[in-house]
Amino acid sequence: MKKKQMKNPRNAYGEKLVELGEKNKNIVVLDADLSKSTKTIMFAKEFPDRFFEMGIAEANMISTAAGLASCGKIPFASTFAVFATGRVYDQIRMDLAYSQSNVKIFATHGGISVGKDGASHQMIEDIALMRALPNMTVLAPSDATQTSKIVELMADHVGPMYARVGRANAPILYEPEYMETLELGKGMIVEEGDDVSILACGTMVDTALDAQRHLKKKNISAKIIDMHTIKPLDEKLVLKCAKETGHIITIEEHSVIGGLGAAVAETLAEQSRDPVGFYRMGIRDHFCESGDPADLLKKYKLDQAAITKTAEKLVND
Amino acid sequence: MESLDENTLKKLEILAVDIRKHIVEMLYKAKSGHPGGSLSAVDALVTLYYTIMKQNPKKPDDPNRDRFILSKGHAAPALYSVLAEQGYFSKKELNRLRRVNCMLQGHPVCLYIPGIEASTGSLGHGLSFANGVALAGRLDKKTYHVYVMLGDGETDEGQVWEAAAAASHYRLGNVIAMIDRNFLQIDGNTEDVLQLENVADRWKAFGWHVLEIDGHDITEIYDAFHEAKAITNKPSMIVLNTVKGKGVSYMENNVDFHGVPPNEMEYNLAMEELDLMKEKLGASA
Repeated sequence: MKKKQMKNPRNAYGEKLVELGEKNKNIVVLDADLSKSTKTIMFAKEFPDRFFEMGIAEANMISTAAGLASCGKIPFASTFAVFATGRVYDQIRMDLAYSQSNVKIFATHGGISVGKDGASHQMIEDIALMRALPNMTVLAPSDATQTSKIVELMADHVGPMYARVGRANAPILYEPEYMETLELGKGMIVEEGDDVSILACGTMVDTALDAQRHLKKKNISAKIIDMHTIKPLDEKLVLKCAKETGHIITIEEHSVIGGLGAAVAETLAEQSRDPVGFYRMGIRDHFCESGDPADLLKKYKLDQAAITKTAEKLVND
Repeated sequence: MESLDENTLKKLEILAVDIRKHIVEMLYKAKSGHPGGSLSAVDALVTLYYTIMKQNPKKPDDPNRDRFILSKGHAAPALYSVLAEQGYFSKKELNRLRRVNCMLQGHPVCLYIPGIEASTGSLGHGLSFANGVALAGRLDKKTYHVYVMLGDGETDEGQVWEAAAAASHYRLGNVIAMIDRNFLQIDGNTEDVLQLENVADRWKAFGWHVLEIDGHDITEIYDAFHEAKAITNKPSMIVLNTVKGKGVSYMENNVDFHGVPPNEMEYNLAMEELDLMKEKLGASA
């Protein structure tokens, strides 16, 4: 197999911020002492006047961003997913969601592939928290190319938005040209298939594509959907998948409670007229642990082998 | 700096009584809300809106306007009354506070109430928001000021101190904050609940220019705002020494009226007292 070309989505974020910052003087960036990790440091170096280092004070960062947005600025606020949501839920709720403030939260280090720092730093509830908020858009781009496009769309779109990427380096899945038609709220069909639909977001899209190749050898044809937007969910596409394949698997580096899987389940339960075999892959209501990312993804059944096995079982049952 | 002339002072004192009447009436009609902390905030708000702030009810979105943020959102009746008197919306709206299908929510919301800059009600956010407005003003080379009022109990919240540090770090001379120091919060005296003293020293230690004044003396409030505006290299904190429930005898310093509206008898008594106060100031009730 050809070795995959890699690029960290965090770097794509940092580079895109610089590009946007050159074009639009209203773009401002805030960080909470993690600018080297979130890559907002690239923007800080280019535009020191428009970068605000807020220190380890996330609550203040979010409300300050809302103040900036109230004066026409387009703030991007960044830190790790665990601090960007759970620690500041009330600030996001009041100052961004309730107020429909034009603040973009871009979080890195989402999911368990954060690895050795352990459960304290492995955010698996952020999508659930943000999804529960009225007015909030929730995004989880899957590779560097898509991250770049999504950050651009975040700057154009008015309203509060949350996006999360992982920590690790990630394979490049898409050519930039392929992103021209990307729309927020519209899932991307990456591979067509008839037997099962695998709806994935973020880091799990690449894993799902690996599984698709393995399933092909076993004569199972899997449709692979990149659900970069978890809210608003592309319900039409979910229902189309149900109709066309009769089996749906969701997979995410997130709890099965409240995330992509839950959103898809809600849609299917309320709206699907077709009988569907369905399974949510994700963290099943527990915290994880320290470890090498690959070991963790294997142990918690978020790897190619687990998807392949789940799909086989679902389709053959 | 010129001091406040006697005519203006008299007018503002009378207006402050009218605002207090609005508050009592609104809460009586709504049968809910927070009288104590609304009444203590009145004199500072009246002075601010009528003598200090550059603002125009006809142009609530003017990018050059001064901003006021009510961080202690539960004092909304005081702010709503001032905004209505200013002409941001009709005074009739005041009677519809807290009702279904009405604009005036229990706590301020910026989306659809003219003159409200920030949605508040969960304590501790307002100073951070004000810092953001101040930073935007600096980037845009605007000369506006950002005024923000905090409750004293509110400063229990950790976020307030994150914001205090940030305002000082960024030398936000265009931020002028106030603390409504009425010594009462829901569970009792602030010093029993979670000691705040010495309030002024705390803010000084965070690098702020701190003033301590009588928060019901309009002349002192006026002078304090002018002093604060002259300080440009650091944020200013005006500690307003106030009386919770100010202006209604049985509500004064009475924690029971933090979040409980007057009943009919209490309402009538309050209105009588406030009308008498107006007469003493030489105005008709």
